[in-house]
Amino acid sequence: MSFILRRLAFYLVAACVAITLNFFIPRAVPGNPAQIILSKYPDLTPTAYKALEQMIGGALPKGSLWSQYLHYWDDVFHFNFGVDLNQYPTPVSQILDQAIPWTLILVGTATVIAFALGTGLGILAGWRHGGSLDRSLPVLMFFQAAPYFFLALILVDFFAVEHHWLPAGQGYNGEVTSPGWTWAFISNALEHSLLPAFTIVLTSVAGWMLQMRNVMITTIGEDYVIAGQAKGLSKGRVIFTYAARNALLPQLQGFGLALGFVVSGALVMEIVFSYPGIGYLLLEAVQNKDFPLMQAIFLVITFAVLVANLIIDLIIVFFDPRARGREAA
Amino acid sequence: MKSSIFAGAASIWRNLPLKAKIGVGLFGLFVLAAIIGPEVQPYDPGAQTPLTMAAPSAQHFFGTTETGQDVLSQVLTGIRLTLELALLVGVIVTVLSVLIGVTAAYLGGVWDDVLSLVTNVFLVIPALPLLIVLMGYLSQQGQTSTIVVLSILGWPWGARVIRAQTLTIRGRDFIAASRETGEKTWRIILFEIIPNEVSLIAASFVNTVLYAIGASVALAFVGLTNVSSWSLGTILYWSQTDGALQTGAWWWFVPAGLAVALIGTSLVLLNSGIDELGNPRLRASRGTAKVAGHKIWGTDPTPVLAQLEAAPGRLGSFLHSFSRASVLQETSAGGNR
Repeated sequence: MSFILRRLAFYLVAACVAITLNFFIPRAVPGNPAQIILSKYPDLTPTAYKALEQMIGGALPKGSLWSQYLHYWDDVFHFNFGVDLNQYPTPVSQILDQAIPWTLILVGTATVIAFALGTGLGILAGWRHGGSLDRSLPVLMFFQAAPYFFLALILVDFFAVEHHWLPAGQGYNGEVTSPGWTWAFISNALEHSLLPAFTIVLTSVAGWMLQMRNVMITTIGEDYVIAGQAKGLSKGRVIFTYAARNALLPQLQGFGLALGFVVSGALVMEIVFSYPGIGYLLLEAVQNKDFPLMQAIFLVITFAVLVANLIIDLIIVFFDPRARGREAA
Repeated sequence: MKSSIFAGAASIWRNLPLKAKIGVGLFGLFVLAAIIGPEVQPYDPGAQTPLTMAAPSAQHFFGTTETGQDVLSQVLTGIRLTLELALLVGVIVTVLSVLIGVTAAYLGGVWDDVLSLVTNVFLVIPALPLLIVLMGYLSQQGQTSTIVVLSILGWPWGARVIRAQTLTIRGRDFIAASRETGEKTWRIILFEIIPNEVSLIAASFVNTVLYAIGASVALAFVGLTNVSSWSLGTILYWSQTDGALQTGAWWWFVPAGLAVALIGTSLVLLNSGIDELGNPRLRASRGTAKVAGHKIWGTDPTPVLAQLEAAPGRLGSFLHSFSRASVLQETSAGGNR
């Protein structure tokens, strides 16, 4: 239990750091955001300029730095991320609400599939060390090293532009269906998610596989695995209950650490597919210099990764009795 | 003296796993392209010609863009810019992570606690969104600001590993001995500890270069850089914004993306090669051995001869009947198992 409490405390510190960073970054850079936004409209008349300045100024907090900081914390706790500058009176949280489910379902599912698949393949490659699966690793490394969005471009070009087998982008076809719990919408959205999901799996599977293989090979050399074989246990039992189960723990820890990278890559991938999730929203926010939205997205992604890490810690505690008595990392 | 250095380098090269050799070769190829590329490029990468969206041909090996720019020249310039950035970030980040990792481990106590906490916090906060927010706020988005921002956020991975290694080295006898002989702390760190971490530092450098390439290309692809300069990322940015995908102009984005992927692959290969150097178990030796015509894997239990009796082909069993094993089978291995 103390392990989980320590981890919890650590994630709280990390969350505090993220929120504090988010607060100070805009104030630390030279020039204020309002001016940057205003510089986008050079042709404004002085009166319009003033009106716009006031409008944007209203979105930014006033007062001393410390009171602004406290105010910011208050806002974060109430999910109040300010007002979107691009679609002016819409609150940022409302825009986020629309985008989060898309990313959560697509990136979440695809990442879990990639992890499961990569771990499974890693077990086999590690067991048959030097076998044909193991020797195919360099090819898979190529997919791992390729940027997500590049692979996405290639897949779109082949499957959507050349052959029209799958839709090239968007989360669903707005001309055919509208969002809702109807079969027509869900099947349409599923069809649109196949290509993005495949991209995520293809690019991230090699990383999990390589890591699992390496841990697996080290685990197989342990005495208890040899003892299991000597006892004449079935092959499946030795592989899965003796070797893989123990090799899974470092793999899970690695999963937590690498999650930030995987999610980041998947976000950029969304841009290629114009997928209506967080990543595409982030691109739009960046292009429009929509700072409140940009910062809110950063916080949302950070919190998602922190929560996922906490869940992984819970799983580790469940699997590994040693973790229950161990000091936090 | 010089010849011994050569001999040393040659012996290191010989001991390098094949993967690492391929990695070094591939990476060297791109470094070469970065050095001589801008000299041999056929056109000015920014020059616009009336020949727009042309497929690869003898005049333009990689075709042209929407404004008639030569893709090959852009890629050659881009490789130089991207590698320059990545290697520079690699050096800065490696120095930072050695500094922080060694300091944390060597000073210990509160210093270690604080530095480790900071390291772990920055490890768990996803880097790319933070990078995007940081870059978004900077008014000047160019090569320099990308290098600075990537360096600020890149050190935790290396620092964490190097701290752990320094902790174990610090406890060794030879460090205690040099402390007893009155060596100064900075001398112990520079001449006793760091030389023992060279392979780790090298691995962390390779990892950082990989990270810098990935992150800088992603940032450029989002448009958060000076998009009027030619890096591999900005080529991809322009191909995406100018609709290369919709018009099926694959030659516009494939070479740049392939270059990124290949540079990345070479670094991953190099790194897993370094891993294997440190942990020989990971080496993919010849996986199987043949015993009496049966494939035996390293992880299989030692074969019992009777198990092999369901012999191979007809010729095999004929030849097998001459071997000593066949006699053993007849005499001792009654029945199965």
